[in-house]
Amino acid sequence: MTPDELRASRAARERLAWLALLALAVLVLPWHQSLPQGATPLLPSALGLALEGRGWLWPVVLALPVLIWAGMRDAAGRLFLGLALAGFGLLVAQGFAVGLRGPQVGWIGTLFPAAGSGQTGFGWGAFTAGIAFLGLTAHCLALRGFCRGDRFAGGSVVFIVALLSLFVFFPILKLALAAFVGPDGEIALGPFLNRLFAPDIWRLDCFTGGRRCGVVINSLVLGLLAATICTALGLALALIVARTSFRFKQTLRALSILPIITPPFVVGVAIIVLFGRTGLVTQFGAEVFDVRPTRWVYGLTGILMAQVLAFTPITFLVMLGTVEAINPTLEEASQTLGAGPVKTFFKITWPLLRPGIAAAFLLAFIESLADFGNPIVLGGGYEVLSTRIFFAVVGARYDLGNAATLAMILLTLTLVAFWLQNRWLGRKSYVTVTGKSDAGLASTLPFGLKGVAWAVVIPFVTFTLGVYLIVLLGGFVQDIGRWDLTPTFAHLRTAFAFEMGLTGLEFYGSAWNSMQTTLLVSAIAAPLTTLIGILTAWLVSRQDFKGRNAFEFGTMLSFAIPGTVVGVSYVAAFNVPPVDITGTAAILVICFVFRNMPVGMRAGLAAFAQIDRSMEEASQTMGASGATTLRRVVVPLVKPAVFTALVYSFVTAMTAVSAVIFLVSARHNMATAYIMGRVEAGEYALAITYSTVLMIVMIVCILLIQFLVGARKLGRRREFQGQVTPAE
Amino acid sequence: MRKSTIISATIAGFISVPAVASADELVLYCSVQEEWCRLMGESFQRETGINVLMTRRSSGETFAQLMAERDQPRGDVWWGGTGDPHLQAAEEGLTAAYESPMMSELQDWALSQAEASGNRTIGIYAGALGYGYNRDLVDDPAPACWADLLEERFADDVQVANPNSSGTAYTLLATLVQIMGEDEAFEFLGQLDQNISQYTQSGAAPIRNAATGETAIGIVFLHDAVAQAVQGAPIGSVAPCEGTGYEIGSMSLVEGGPNPDNARLFYDWALSPEAQALGAEANSFQVPSNVNAPVPPESPSLDEITLIDYDFAPYGSSEVRQHLLARWDAEIGSQR
Repeated sequence: MTPDELRASRAARERLAWLALLALAVLVLPWHQSLPQGATPLLPSALGLALEGRGWLWPVVLALPVLIWAGMRDAAGRLFLGLALAGFGLLVAQGFAVGLRGPQVGWIGTLFPAAGSGQTGFGWGAFTAGIAFLGLTAHCLALRGFCRGDRFAGGSVVFIVALLSLFVFFPILKLALAAFVGPDGEIALGPFLNRLFAPDIWRLDCFTGGRRCGVVINSLVLGLLAATICTALGLALALIVARTSFRFKQTLRALSILPIITPPFVVGVAIIVLFGRTGLVTQFGAEVFDVRPTRWVYGLTGILMAQVLAFTPITFLVMLGTVEAINPTLEEASQTLGAGPVKTFFKITWPLLRPGIAAAFLLAFIESLADFGNPIVLGGGYEVLSTRIFFAVVGARYDLGNAATLAMILLTLTLVAFWLQNRWLGRKSYVTVTGKSDAGLASTLPFGLKGVAWAVVIPFVTFTLGVYLIVLLGGFVQDIGRWDLTPTFAHLRTAFAFEMGLTGLEFYGSAWNSMQTTLLVSAIAAPLTTLIGILTAWLVSRQDFKGRNAFEFGTMLSFAIPGTVVGVSYVAAFNVPPVDITGTAAILVICFVFRNMPVGMRAGLAAFAQIDRSMEEASQTMGASGATTLRRVVVPLVKPAVFTALVYSFVTAMTAVSAVIFLVSARHNMATAYIMGRVEAGEYALAITYSTVLMIVMIVCILLIQFLVGARKLGRRREFQGQVTPAE
Repeated sequence: MRKSTIISATIAGFISVPAVASADELVLYCSVQEEWCRLMGESFQRETGINVLMTRRSSGETFAQLMAERDQPRGDVWWGGTGDPHLQAAEEGLTAAYESPMMSELQDWALSQAEASGNRTIGIYAGALGYGYNRDLVDDPAPACWADLLEERFADDVQVANPNSSGTAYTLLATLVQIMGEDEAFEFLGQLDQNISQYTQSGAAPIRNAATGETAIGIVFLHDAVAQAVQGAPIGSVAPCEGTGYEIGSMSLVEGGPNPDNARLFYDWALSPEAQALGAEANSFQVPSNVNAPVPPESPSLDEITLIDYDFAPYGSSEVRQHLLARWDAEIGSQR
């Protein structure tokens, strides 16, 4: 056979496989997740249901013979492409046309009376049919030359776009729509405007002597203050580490990792234990100054303290990168020309730092807006957007429309900040490129500035150590809240008790359920996140296709959406058919995968930038397909990025709370949601114990993954020397 | 086909088998304090082998959850929490009617819940409203009446839950309205608001905060205050001199829940003297509704407290409840 014939027969086999999958989906597999009310078909498939009078399923069933016919005629033709897409469209349309309680579109109800009893959400059949339609679309696109005819790359693009549409854009759209739904269920502009301009959102009373400001103003004030303080601290820390002969640099770096693996709430609890009205510090201060101890920490002050503790490490890392990237020759030149250290710092160093400062500031601002754990523990009466959204969905004041409106405001604020940050980051690269030679010594800090930096950093480090000491101690004493420091394992027993019962090991501890779910969900989500992230990075950096920029933007967007907004949008979108998955473990996994995927993608993009394309081209010249090249050449080379993505997505899945809190159920509870419940009920010791256990589990898992990274890295280096060096 | 196998495996991984409950499970929505909820779940699990999936939420939140899930109920039994939201759920048709064989063993006040709701809910315990104060923070004379809470020395030092989320706080609202009349009650609450540092989400949180000294006074059910004192906190409890209301903690079966048989099994078990004796073990000192269940010696005796004639039927109805909550939101909640 000639290569052309070989390719044609391979394509024909692939088309056959997709069509067989479609046949399986519409003829055999159960179409819905459970049979709709009153349906007793011979087969629970689309065909069976359609024969029984649910006629709105006929178009999907009939798409099968039509596609077989079109495929035989010309599989690369426009007709086939259109039909495959139409099949997918019909599938989606029938899902939305008939809801759980009856038809959403009037004429379907008149045409098919069976629609009156409604239909349940998509089941195996419907999902498989969707996959088959998309597969056929990708197949045809590849034949028509999409992605230079690479079927694997083309297919990946189609499926990733479909997944992003379903799990990122559809929920946001649904949420935006929910903001317009009035109490009577009608969609109108009036309710949205009422909610948008409600006085408790925008009120400015606190500046003019009133009691409280609107919730947006609260969020903004908090975000700006937190970002300012975090950036200043991050800069001071970075200057000390990079520009002084400070001895404990490694300790400082290690300390900056701690907040990343700290479960939410626990820092807030530790702050209450230290600074609450009966807290150690407050009591001490009250005695020294002979005043009555107050609840000063609740509200803006407390949230700010917790956020500074949590986000300073992030700004520190950003600032450290900026400081280290400054070419010392510039400063040296300035001093050679006669400028003193102070003048050099303000005329040379400072302007070069500015873009980094802006980036760190905006990052901390975004984190502060999205933060949920600290405001809910320490907020007192100080409400911010994320907590208000939470109570509008989960609380007794259930009002999805209001939650949706607030979520859209939060999303807008975050996106604006993100946009600004991207602009600044674009300019930041200018700084790193300036130097032709890195020779020369970085100037040390001017003496006065050094003093300022130390004065800022020492309290911060003491504060961090104090908080983590409480966390370490709190789980294993009687009651840290009342300073009853009798050692005990009672809390550990409450959470993680087990017995040998008749049927084997029985877990009675109250935390087992959520612990198992958390580990399982994180363990499933992490590799999936990495897989999709790296695959997307490969598509963006190595493939050429129409709409690539839009594709890249879309994938990054899911990272910019605050967790609370993701959570609410998932509730709005996936609570009802056709995609009815709330209350399952799948929705938790999906949520993590699409929230963290951009991080895997960024790690992948960075790794791909370092690898020369020529190796992949060589592989393809020698006849390997896109998939083989990816598996045999690319993946082994980007393994470190793979493992970085694994660690990040695993840890985030273990500690995330803002999105998860909306998605947990009695069956699938997550550790963070459980901890939040304990904090709310005032069971601080139990919350701290659980957090400590979680942190230990995470450290063990990270070490495990790091061990694997180390091993692979060695292998990579050997490969690298053997293959790449001769090529240069 | 390799590409498709990877991708379809990925997608298949996302779409788990829909949540259809298996035969040996029970989804329990619990609205008392966590410790008691856990003990109930564990004990039932030990006794029957039925796996209990328990969620602890305040009664207001549970009611909101039942409303949100009404098209596809995911819970089986709602156990505990003040009676008003249970009555409201019955009125909304969220809960199912059931006549337990245990009903003959119950106190009259427990059966009154069933009568008011057409057997859709039943009383499981009772407890009087009051407040607890931290003895280290409150100087003599100790407060003894509702009116004492308005004193200036308690500025920013009183906590109570938000009546929207907590049945405890709604009971306070309804009690004051019944003692003083509606307008006077809201005037009182408006003045009290000056002394309130925070409206918590959970009804028992104020007393926990009083126990650790984060606030001086927490308005709660007296058994919650006693529980803190029993655990060693410097808490004194006050049954206000003007008289006070009480709750009938209730239980309801969720209409259309996934495991109706197990739900009825739990319902009958929860009304038995043995199950009701568990409360004291979990530091919960409510008065049990089964006449044969032992009353914990620590329980605040209902006979020694000036109880008002709390009118459960109107104050548990949606209409009155929504009216009072809307007024609270307008005059107090939204002013903060």
